[in-house]
Amino acid sequence: MAQHKAWTFVPSWIVYPLGIAPGIWLFYLAVQNQLGPDPVKALENGLGEYALQFLIAGLAISPLMRFARINLVKYRRALGLVGFFYVVAHFTVYIVLDMQFDWDEIITDIIKRPYITIGVSAFLLLLPLAITSNKLSIRKLGAAGWNKLHWIVYPAVILGAVHYVMIKKTWALEPLLYLAVALFLISLRRFYHLAKRKKRIVA
Amino acid sequence: MTVYKYPTPLSSEITPKEVFLNRRSFIKAAGVASATAMTSGLALQSTQATAASMQFSKSKYSITDEPNPIEDIKGYNNFYEFGTGKGDPSANAGSLTTRPWSIKIDGLTNKPGELDIEDLMSKFDMEERIYRLRCVEAWSMVIPWVGIPLRDVINAYEPQGSAKYVSFETLVRPEEMIGQRGLGGLEWPYVEGLRMDEAMHPLTILAVGIYGEDMPNQNGAPVRLVVPWKYGFKSIKSVVRMSFTENEPPTTWNKLAPNEYGFYSNVNPTVDHPRWSQKAERLVGSGIFAKKRETEMFNGYADEVASLYEGMDLTKFY
Repeated sequence: MAQHKAWTFVPSWIVYPLGIAPGIWLFYLAVQNQLGPDPVKALENGLGEYALQFLIAGLAISPLMRFARINLVKYRRALGLVGFFYVVAHFTVYIVLDMQFDWDEIITDIIKRPYITIGVSAFLLLLPLAITSNKLSIRKLGAAGWNKLHWIVYPAVILGAVHYVMIKKTWALEPLLYLAVALFLISLRRFYHLAKRKKRIVA
Repeated sequence: MTVYKYPTPLSSEITPKEVFLNRRSFIKAAGVASATAMTSGLALQSTQATAASMQFSKSKYSITDEPNPIEDIKGYNNFYEFGTGKGDPSANAGSLTTRPWSIKIDGLTNKPGELDIEDLMSKFDMEERIYRLRCVEAWSMVIPWVGIPLRDVINAYEPQGSAKYVSFETLVRPEEMIGQRGLGGLEWPYVEGLRMDEAMHPLTILAVGIYGEDMPNQNGAPVRLVVPWKYGFKSIKSVVRMSFTENEPPTTWNKLAPNEYGFYSNVNPTVDHPRWSQKAERLVGSGIFAKKRETEMFNGYADEVASLYEGMDLTKFY
C-alpha cells in the first residue's frame, strides 16, 4: 500500500490534543456563558455532534485506504478514542448539568424514552471497544477476535446517529446527514468484501 | 368583502435596516407628537413598523419574576417558518415585511372583516403582561409582552352562538420565510386553535410588543397569540387569520405527531411528553450551573384556569 510521506511523519498522538481541544473550548464558552441563552443544551448537543464526527471519521479510514489509496490507519485508534471521549463528555453533561443528578428521572428516561435508551445502548456498545483499544488487548484477543469485537463500532455509530435523528421534533436535515454518511460508509464494506473475494477467485 | 392581497414589494423598495433604525431613533427623539401623526396614517408609506412608543397600562395578571433580557427573548426562538434552529429566526426573520398587515376575521360571526394592525393597536386598550413562557421542550423564559386581551377583539366581531372554537393561521410567504421553502417538516400555514372559553379568558392576549417596543420579527411580528398556561407552540405567531368554528380546528403540531402534542397542550408536569419529562424546566439565560425550575400545573395559573377543564381527564386531553 502506498504511503504518503507527509502523513507518515505526523505522529498519531497529535490527534488526542487536537481532537479534544474543541470540546474544551466549548466547555470554556459554556462556563463563560457565551453559548447563547440555553448553554446546557448547546454544550450537550455540541459534544454529541463531536462524538459522531470523530466516530464517523474513524469509519472513513478503511474506505479511504481501499478506494482512494490514502493510508491513515495509524490515526484510527486515536480518532475512535477521541470520539468515545466525547460520548462520555456528552453523557456526563446530561447527568450532571441537564438532569442535575436526579437519578429517578435519569433511570426513567433511560427505560422509557426510546431515544435515550438508544443513546445509552450506543455508549454501552462502545465501552468494550474503548477498553480494548490497546496493543495488549489485541495480543490477548488475537487479531481475528479483536476485529470481530470491533465490528461493533458499526451498529454503535448507527444507533448514535438514530439517537440524534429522534431528538428532533421534525425530520431535520443535519442528523439525517450523519445517519446517511454512517450508513454509506458501512455499506462500502460490502463492496470491498466482494472485491476481496473476486481477487481470491482470480488468484 | 374585500380580499386581502399580500404585498410583494421589490427588494429595492425595502427600507434598509440602518435607515429604518435611524428613522426610528429620530422619531423617538421627536417625541409623541410625531408618533401620533404616524399612527393616524399620515406617513404610512413605509413597509415597516410605525409605533415608536406604545401606550399601555400595567396588569394584575403580570407575574413578579424578573423578565429575561431582550437578547435572550430575541435570540432564542422556535419559529420554524424561519428555520428549525433556535438562532435561525433571529438570523432570517429580518426579511419579514410587517406593514401593511391585517387579520382576516371570518367564520361564524355576524361581523366578518379585516382587522388592520394599526386599528388593533390604536382602538383597543393595551396592557403589559409579564408571563412565563413554558416551551414544550422543557425550558422557559419570562417575557414582558404588550398586548390586547383577545376577548376584547372577539367581542368586537360578534361570534355567533354556534361558535365553539377559534382557529388561527400564520402568514404564508415563502419568499420572505425561508423555512416555508422546500421540505421543512411542518405543513404551512401553521394553524392553531382554542376553545371559545379559553380564547375569552382574560389571560389570553394578542401581543403586539415586548418591552414596550414593537414585536420583533423573530417573536411573531406584528401580532401573535399568547396563552400563558399552555405550551409555547399554542401561542401562534404572525397571525393573519382568525375564524370562529363549530368544530375543534386542526392544529399544526397535533397533525404532525398526535401522540405527542394534543389540542389542549396545557402545561402539566404530571403528563410527560412521550420523549421527555415535563416535571422541570431549564431557565433560559441562567447559565450552565443553574438549578432547574419545577414546572407548575397550568404554568402557575391553576387558580385562574383549572375550572375550564373540570371533569376532563387531562392525561387523555393532553
